[in-house]
Amino acid sequence: MHAQLQTQTQHSTRGSLRFNGIGKTFPGVKALDGISFVAHPGQVHALMGENGAGKSTLLKILGGAYIPSSGELQIGEQTMAFKSTADSIGSGVAVIHQELHLVPEMTVAENLFLGHLPASFGLINRSELRHKALNCLKGLADEIDPQTKVGRLSLGQRQLVEIAKALSRGAHVIAFDEPTSSLSAREIDRLMAIISRLRDEGKVVLYVSHRMEEVFRICDAVTVFKDGRYVRTFEDMSQLTHDQLVTCMVGRDIQDIYDYRHRPRGAVALKVDGLLGPGLREPISFEAHKGEILGLFGLVGAGRTELFRLLSGLERNTAGRLELRGHELKLRSPRDAIAAGILLCPEDRKKEGIIPLASVAENINISARGAHSGLGCLIRGLWEKGNAEKQIKALKVKTPHAGQQIKFLSGGNQQKAILGRWLSMPMKVLLLDEPTRGIDIGAKAEIYQIIHNLAADGISVIVVSSDLMEVMGISDRILVLCEGALRGEVSRDQANESNLLQLALPRHRADGVAN
Amino acid sequence: MMTTQNETLPTERKPLDMRRFLDDWVMLLAAVGIFVACTLLIDNFLSPLNMRGLGLAISTTGIAACTMLYCLASGHFDLSVGSVIACAGVVAAVVMRDTDSVFLGVSAALVMGLIVGLINGIVIAKLRVNALITTLATMQIVRGLAYIFANGKAVGVSQESFFVFGNGQLFGVPVPILITIVCFLFFGWLLNYTTYGRNTMAIGGNQEAALLAGVNVDRTKIIIFAVHGVIGALAGVILASRMTSGQPMIGQGFELTVISACVLGGVSLSGGIGMIRHVIAGVLILAIIENAMNLKNIDTFYQYVIRGSILLLAVVIDRLKQR
Repeated sequence: MHAQLQTQTQHSTRGSLRFNGIGKTFPGVKALDGISFVAHPGQVHALMGENGAGKSTLLKILGGAYIPSSGELQIGEQTMAFKSTADSIGSGVAVIHQELHLVPEMTVAENLFLGHLPASFGLINRSELRHKALNCLKGLADEIDPQTKVGRLSLGQRQLVEIAKALSRGAHVIAFDEPTSSLSAREIDRLMAIISRLRDEGKVVLYVSHRMEEVFRICDAVTVFKDGRYVRTFEDMSQLTHDQLVTCMVGRDIQDIYDYRHRPRGAVALKVDGLLGPGLREPISFEAHKGEILGLFGLVGAGRTELFRLLSGLERNTAGRLELRGHELKLRSPRDAIAAGILLCPEDRKKEGIIPLASVAENINISARGAHSGLGCLIRGLWEKGNAEKQIKALKVKTPHAGQQIKFLSGGNQQKAILGRWLSMPMKVLLLDEPTRGIDIGAKAEIYQIIHNLAADGISVIVVSSDLMEVMGISDRILVLCEGALRGEVSRDQANESNLLQLALPRHRADGVAN
Repeated sequence: MMTTQNETLPTERKPLDMRRFLDDWVMLLAAVGIFVACTLLIDNFLSPLNMRGLGLAISTTGIAACTMLYCLASGHFDLSVGSVIACAGVVAAVVMRDTDSVFLGVSAALVMGLIVGLINGIVIAKLRVNALITTLATMQIVRGLAYIFANGKAVGVSQESFFVFGNGQLFGVPVPILITIVCFLFFGWLLNYTTYGRNTMAIGGNQEAALLAGVNVDRTKIIIFAVHGVIGALAGVILASRMTSGQPMIGQGFELTVISACVLGGVSLSGGIGMIRHVIAGVLILAIIENAMNLKNIDTFYQYVIRGSILLLAVVIDRLKQR
């Protein structure tokens, strides 16, 4: 790309990336066991598997964050023994993590050269810094001004900065960990173009993703993991079908994962009339019926989470009214919504859902305990113990015991514990924001089962999801949001990928991006 | 990912429980160990007179640390407690001087503590001001008020019945020590067996999640600081009673001793972790070491260095444990 970059890349070996029997043991758990495969230069190599399959652990070993318990890494002919992330970077490896490692309060240029800022006698040479940064960003993200603070950039732009940083250090092996999980459709397209270019330049690209369509779109080979073990590598993508790949990942068929059953639709439960608030551009009106599963589809930034924040009392509405089973509702706080029976499972489980340090039982009982306490404040230990055990059993939460700290559980089991929290309460409307994001397929199926059972009991369930298959798989009816406005309503029979996407894409760029 | 597969459960449960046991009890065991060591190595350590002194030294820190535990567990802290202690003593002494009523004097002191606590709580919870800044401000305001009320010098107390709090005895045990024990028991119970206590832990563990789970976050925070204000004032009343006067200059830097004791015992500064046994352990360790240093005639200047080093060591060990 440019002179300074090329002199650096000459130091790095240009061959394949080889994993030779890599294993990693944590106290009591084998996270990885004898992983061996080869990723070739000039190829995009996908790593797939359910959550907990070991993909992230492998990337951490590649990035030098973990030291493998057994086995070795080879780049070209050279055996690598990374003791630290610095070793890994020095050997031409760059891992682009989901959580980007940039300092938001510093400028793009400073972030790009953090650790080796051009300076003389400790004084930073501003013009050289700017010049080098512009060079770095050229062809990747020309529109980004190196003087902007990183905090002002969109997530997609930040990712580009991270990629530019990796390239400026002369990376030969570039690994992406779920790079598209929070990008818009347009940003994804751009990222795909950049990845193709890296491939054409002869880099080794590793690509970790849950999204099938991306893997089929961009990757030249796929390696599948399961439970920390290598399953198989597909070298020829043209011979591979979607179902084959899923079956290989899950180890069983997923045809009936959604397990949809037709249910009679009841009376109107929640009536939303002209609701307006932060993040919504036009007033929103819709009805959710008893026993109905209502899907809410939209791209990132469509206002789905914002709508949920209004419905759950986290945010106050500026206009419009809410009616629950015929009674008008005024929500001033989440407590009001909970008292009315509108319960929210938030999108970001770690940040808004669980209390990581507390036990599974605590996390289940926290909301219901008030109603079951003596004199309004004395905890009924026996009831709490019984309730925790009951929910753990009913929802099949996999935990050694109810006293286990919830942070040690997998995402799926944490989600089930939060569902258990709400199942301990009187419930009329359940709001689920991305209920299965980052959850493996086995646990997904169980969560769909729970959703269906709740609907069958007459609860109205509203599910926000950016996973099209999921929305179409479980919903009776789908509302589509776009840029803070309700764009349309599609019944289960009429829903298909193209009409939902057409509605979800902003009008002015719908033609360019729809696939 | 690592703990949920059924086949790995049996091997996993044991080390975790062992770890948990250590986390919960190690500092209390250390306190007992230090106590035994002092008994063996220092003459007169176990003498009734010294034990009484040790108990009294524990009492003021111990009482205030009980409610500081709640502040820390909820992810905040309170720097104003040293000033509240001084101001409570002064208020009690002044009101008793003017009204000759012990009841009114003590009540006025406690109400003063309540008001300071409410102000702290409301500013922190409702106005979302950082606890460090808020309590740094009230620390200075209340210290200033203590001097103003006292006219800059100690206010003597002449009511005999007031001295019960500091110098009275029940079954041979000084009243301050009894009150401290009652506080340990009560606040330990409160933390584990009431919704208020559990909500405090939840807020410190993850405030956003607690709010979404329906916990009344603001109200709980205000109660935490209000109770801390009242209990701080109680400690101040006891101290004034022991010294038979309200002294506006007393308790400078006391808030840091209380926070040190909690953290030394294992309470997390970032919230969500804390138990009464942590507090008891921390208070005991600090008091025993100070007592031992006094018995050994170690210069005050060196005492500062040693106390600081112990605190640093404790937090470093805590960091290492989390690895």
